[in-house]
Amino acid sequence: MTRINLTVDGQQVIDDVEPRMLLVQFLRERLGKTGTVVGCDTSNCGACTVHLDGTSVKSCNVLAVQAEGGEVTTVEGLATDGRLHAVQEAFRECHGLQCGFCTPGMIMQSVDLLQENPNPSEEAIRLGLEGNLCRCTGYHNIVRAVQKAAESTSSEHPEGVGA
Amino acid sequence: MTTTDPGTEAPVAEIGRDRRRKEDQRLITGRTRWTDNIVLPGMLHMAMVRSPFAHARITGIDTSAAKRTPNVVDVFVGSEVADVQGVIANAWPLNEEQKTPDHPPMAVDRVSFAGEIVAVVVARSAAAARDAAELVDVDYDELPAVIDLKRAAADEVLAHPDLGTNVSSVWTLDSAEAGSGGNVDEVIEEARANGILIEREYRQQRLIPAFMEPRSTVVDPTGEQVTVWSSTQIPHIARFLLAATTGTPESKIRYIAPDVGGGFGGKLQTTPEEWLTFLAAKRTGRPVKYTETRSESLMAAHHGRDQWQRLTLAATKEGRVTGLKVDLLADMGAYIGIVGGGVPVLGAWMYNSIYKFDAYRFTTTQVLTNKAWVDAYRGAGRPEATYAIERLMNELAAEVGRDPLEVREMNWIKHEEFPFTTVAGMTYDSGNYEAATARAKEMFGYDELREEQRRRREAGDPVQLGIGISTFTEMCGLAPSRVLGQLNYGAGGWENAEIRMLPTGKVEVITGTSPHGQGHETAWSQIVADRLGVPFEDVEVLHGDTQVSVRGLDTYGSRSLVVGGEALVRAADKVVERAKPLAAHMLEASPDDLEFSAGRLQVRGTDKGVSIQEVATAAWAAHDLPDGVEPNLDASASYDPVNFSFPHGTHLCAMEVDTETGGVKMRKYVCVDDIGNIVNPLIVAGQVHGGLVQGIAQALWEEAVYDDSGTLVSGSFVDYLLPTAADTISFETDHTTSPSTTNTLGTKGVGEAGTIASTPAVVNAVVDAVRHLGVEDIQMPCTPERVWRAIHGTGSGGETTGAAAPHMSPETGMQGTVDRTDGASEGGTQ
Repeated sequence: MTRINLTVDGQQVIDDVEPRMLLVQFLRERLGKTGTVVGCDTSNCGACTVHLDGTSVKSCNVLAVQAEGGEVTTVEGLATDGRLHAVQEAFRECHGLQCGFCTPGMIMQSVDLLQENPNPSEEAIRLGLEGNLCRCTGYHNIVRAVQKAAESTSSEHPEGVGA
Repeated sequence: MTTTDPGTEAPVAEIGRDRRRKEDQRLITGRTRWTDNIVLPGMLHMAMVRSPFAHARITGIDTSAAKRTPNVVDVFVGSEVADVQGVIANAWPLNEEQKTPDHPPMAVDRVSFAGEIVAVVVARSAAAARDAAELVDVDYDELPAVIDLKRAAADEVLAHPDLGTNVSSVWTLDSAEAGSGGNVDEVIEEARANGILIEREYRQQRLIPAFMEPRSTVVDPTGEQVTVWSSTQIPHIARFLLAATTGTPESKIRYIAPDVGGGFGGKLQTTPEEWLTFLAAKRTGRPVKYTETRSESLMAAHHGRDQWQRLTLAATKEGRVTGLKVDLLADMGAYIGIVGGGVPVLGAWMYNSIYKFDAYRFTTTQVLTNKAWVDAYRGAGRPEATYAIERLMNELAAEVGRDPLEVREMNWIKHEEFPFTTVAGMTYDSGNYEAATARAKEMFGYDELREEQRRRREAGDPVQLGIGISTFTEMCGLAPSRVLGQLNYGAGGWENAEIRMLPTGKVEVITGTSPHGQGHETAWSQIVADRLGVPFEDVEVLHGDTQVSVRGLDTYGSRSLVVGGEALVRAADKVVERAKPLAAHMLEASPDDLEFSAGRLQVRGTDKGVSIQEVATAAWAAHDLPDGVEPNLDASASYDPVNFSFPHGTHLCAMEVDTETGGVKMRKYVCVDDIGNIVNPLIVAGQVHGGLVQGIAQALWEEAVYDDSGTLVSGSFVDYLLPTAADTISFETDHTTSPSTTNTLGTKGVGEAGTIASTPAVVNAVVDAVRHLGVEDIQMPCTPERVWRAIHGTGSGGETTGAAAPHMSPETGMQGTVDRTDGASEGGTQ
């Protein structure tokens, strides 16, 4: 067992974990953060995507011990003060989800994508989401959702970074 | 209370509105209830030991090391539970002659495909269960396995030696015998002598549904009813079959499908994993969870498609089709699943599609092999049929030398001819193929793209442009129970709905359909809001729990809206009827003088009225009820459809093909679907987009590949190629509307349309791009290697071989194309 100390969705947690425990298992099984899900065994599907220190990672591909001292944000920690994140709003508005299983990972990756590139082209969005699989939507409305989130963010911050 | 509030305006119609989904709030914030999220006190976890061999006798299993492992609670094998584990049922025995291998949840003495369960380990944690599963020592005597479908059909090696044959069943529909058309052999001979005969053999490769949520089951045996949570499309049917096959009283089982992450037919199954979790919970007396890994899902959940299609199309010299003969070989894999044998049969009525043929004969032979079992996958029989006929219509057009849309129009049913009874004996309710096609051509810029194609051909551009067409129809709304009975299916096709008018004026709707991404909570709310005149927000839709939704036949086959929606309409109408006597009493009027509109029961010709919610409250209070009126307005209705519905559409696809590399790129995709009236255009668009990509993926990327020994080579998402956002494009969609005449709402079903239509549109486009180079077929998936080989196989103008399916006439002596199950490397010339 190894003791780890990290912040998850703004809350500090300390726990003892097996060194082999994956970050996604830690989130789901120890913290009950079941919003983050497991869709494959090979880090292809991206359903488990969270942010570690501000950057998207596939939490099935990170050991819990590697998150030691880090700051993890899951889909459950994305809304602030009861207000949905612009990307969450856009996914609902554009019908960017159906069964919703890929959605947590898709949203977290989209947030990361827009942090890096606040005004992405359609091609940049598609390439930026390449590591996240969706079987329901055909990606069409997911792309629309990211475009809409980009628009709404830039209209909130007209001087937007990198615009 | 009894007069109309002059400020009340008629509410906006909910049906037709692009309402944002009620489901989304929990899904975008991660407050979900996937089965794997469920944690119960003292819960145990299961791991499976699976066979690495496709066919083998089990000669011994040593579980002692696993049993000695700390935290392991139970280990059991098939021989110990043979009498109590139940069976995995085949609900659709096509006929008396069908041969069906026994399908125990866990193999007892013989395994029939790689991935079959041979031992179960139950432990305090999932990790401990998996660790201990590694310690189970199984001895096998390997038996000869039959992997290739055509070889299986020849009966040289038997998948199940006891059956004496690999042929499970043969099923035929013949228009001459049925009286719905002529004799197909006669029209073929006529065409051979004086017309056009197109003979082709097409391959429907094996696909994997690949829903994003791996299957998971939790069983809690504490309490009077054993509770089963499962990632399933069919909680009601699963409950029935679990009871029927394990001897557990149905009343002792509560089945719940909580949030379910996609299905696409892949969760239209009762599974060994569910049955064994149920057994483990009963053995241990503790809650037990099993969640599969993705590799297990790809290896052991059922697959789809996997057919060879031998097709003969007869036509006049001018291109009028006179007959079609279809001869299918369908790979069932190792077992006949819940509706597995019936999936190819569902195509029987669709090969003639939107066309008027004189004669038709359809035969399908279901064949057992030592591979994962095959059952429903989005479209189930209809994509295969649509692919075949839409490819053939292009071949016919090429033979006649006319535009493939013109040849289609020459043969299709005109809009004024509906209702139309086809050569297969189905009566199509409504449609307008001319209108959908005209709109699609306009959106696509058909003439301009044809012109560009001509220019690029003439210029010898290394990147050629192809235009693909698919004018599809399908049958939705499974299904009239009497039809299912005639087809020897084990259940009916009705659906149930219940409406509870709560005393506070809110409304609970209970549906027997079981959504897993379709948005029923939203669409059903819209229907009820309109029908009862209550606010959309006040309607709560409940489903998927047999303790709440007592009756239902679940969700598959684009049935939920056309069958379940009609049940909903009828339940709502009953609520209004039940409200009338009390409303009349409250208004001191005769029930006959009341009219119901926009949520109010109103005395005709006056401003006196009450809202339906007020009547519900008064019924609940029960202070002043007329004689014989019960103190609630709740109502339920079961609806058995009288006919299927027949959506259709015109799909146009432009593909660019690099003749030097074989690489293909989608440039444009336009579809105009006629799915009758639309409840929620936003949800419909989503269904179309997702369906398109699944069909496109069959055309271009996906294939379940086995090696010679029966190991699934594409057993992870590294190897099974699901498309990503970067592989796909944005689509242009629109609709024409011919309301269905078979249900009150005029809806037709949209869940499978995109998948059914898109595959032939894409392949037709790829072939169209290189037809002038002598190519008339490229086997799916159209990988760059296959496309390149088709172009360069025997020179630019010669006949294509190898990767392209050859003509199957006896003169050419060709034996069909290479089956990828023989090994992916054999793409070359034979």
